[in-house]
Amino acid sequence: MSIQEIQDEIIEEFAMFEDWMQRYEYMIDLGKTLPLIASEFKTDDNIIKGCQSKVWVHAELKDNELEFTADSDAIITKGIIAILIRVFSNQHPKDILASDTSFIDQIGLKEHLSPTRANGLVSMIKQIKMYAIAFQTQLS
Amino acid sequence: MFDLNNIRKDFPILERTVNGQSLVYFDNAATSQTPNQVIDVIADYYRNYNSNIHRGVHTLSQEATDAYEGARKTVQNHFNAAHPHEIIMTSGTTHSINIIASGYTQILREGDELIISAMEHHSNIVPWQMLCERTGAVLKVIPMSQTGVLEMDVYKTLLSEKTKLVFVNHVSNALGTVNPIDEIIKEAHAIGAKVLIDGAQAAPHIKADVQALDVDFYVTSAHKLCGPTGVGMLYGKESLLNMLPPYQGGGEMIAEVRFEKTTYADLPHKFEAGTPNIAGGIAFGAALDYMNGIGFDTIAAYEQELLDYATEQLKSIDGVRIYGEAPQKTAVVSFNVNEIHPYDIGSILDKLGIAVRTGHHCAQPIMDFYKIPGTVRASFSFYNTKEEIDMMIKALKRAIQMLE
Repeated sequence: MSIQEIQDEIIEEFAMFEDWMQRYEYMIDLGKTLPLIASEFKTDDNIIKGCQSKVWVHAELKDNELEFTADSDAIITKGIIAILIRVFSNQHPKDILASDTSFIDQIGLKEHLSPTRANGLVSMIKQIKMYAIAFQTQLS
Repeated sequence: MFDLNNIRKDFPILERTVNGQSLVYFDNAATSQTPNQVIDVIADYYRNYNSNIHRGVHTLSQEATDAYEGARKTVQNHFNAAHPHEIIMTSGTTHSINIIASGYTQILREGDELIISAMEHHSNIVPWQMLCERTGAVLKVIPMSQTGVLEMDVYKTLLSEKTKLVFVNHVSNALGTVNPIDEIIKEAHAIGAKVLIDGAQAAPHIKADVQALDVDFYVTSAHKLCGPTGVGMLYGKESLLNMLPPYQGGGEMIAEVRFEKTTYADLPHKFEAGTPNIAGGIAFGAALDYMNGIGFDTIAAYEQELLDYATEQLKSIDGVRIYGEAPQKTAVVSFNVNEIHPYDIGSILDKLGIAVRTGHHCAQPIMDFYKIPGTVRASFSFYNTKEEIDMMIKALKRAIQMLE
């Protein structure tokens, strides 16, 4: 599926939730259940330090597609990471570079991507794009 | 007479809703809310006598200068400084600290020692580390106990003839601990060191008397005590402020400018280069007048009630650990619940209209000490209520239920 298709799918899923509680409960579940990163990649080199929570990101190129794994020490942050990985992982670097994250507004999680939250997510998205630039250069 | 209902009417922001819920504002240690009496002073300045101070002969400039210098006297009286020119108006605590840190660059020698405490805000750590880098001076740290109390015995062993300066906060922002600054100052003076007390967290709760304390420098920000952001003060003893070089060059801080040599203005202007935050300075005075109108003893007594109530309620919840259990505290309670990340609790409390601070509170060394990523911090003001604490507790229980 393309990035756009996945984003549309997520927007549709979130539309079923009646209120913020249900959205949060869903994210907390995502955050609790998903193992997102291999422990050997949970290193200081891969860490993004926010004021609030820490985020680890690791990227690998497989068959011209970028695979992301990531983790956080906060559950809600981790839940949002799971959503971001679903969108951006296993995509071609040029598609990642052409995409945006405005779907986050539409699923009512905008505040978590605000720079004032300092939870590491804004830096994580920057990092995803940086990896995409780096691997795109490698591919071309 | 402390009339909570009337006091709350002074703060229009308390009427608003957040995420569809009535706002419960418990982030007072980050910044306090502003009463109409202060907002009106700012509006009145811009509506009726906005002009530059200390340089115009026209009426508006005179009125603005009178109001600004009047505010300086209010600050002087509040902190009981001996002279109005010992009060330097700054942009806030951080600016005040940097004036002193910069000023000591030429005075310190390699091997001189500076002492800070383990519970300082980053703004009372980093400027001194930078000063050490510039001068070769060495930074020593007074450790603290698990309950968040400074180890005064160790402090005494750190003091020596090498000690030149001691910097401690009056109250810890992350823990609420009230430090024994009286003793800290006496011990430092006994060996000839000078002391700067960071009063940012103390000022909204405790009225410090700089002469009685015999403190060398005392600094604070207006926005912690019902005033606006971007203004604060540096109190310094006249002789010390005269000895220190200016911090910034510019207008206002000069006596005479020649291309060969410029002479500096007298205190306080020597440290007040450029056009200051005039409306902010005047409003700082108004904020002190407002709080003194209620009375700091009354405020402290009521806030103690809020603190005791919140502490008791929090302790009744399974898994809550409170950080900072000093016998003398201001109305700040920092806590975590089991292994739940403070960011997760803060995010859910926000959804329920409760404004608390989460994170390391710009005091990373404290978080490292307890080996935690941060805390949830609820900090109370005299306009808060026990009902609001009940709402926080209810919201917290809901957050725990969702997260565990």
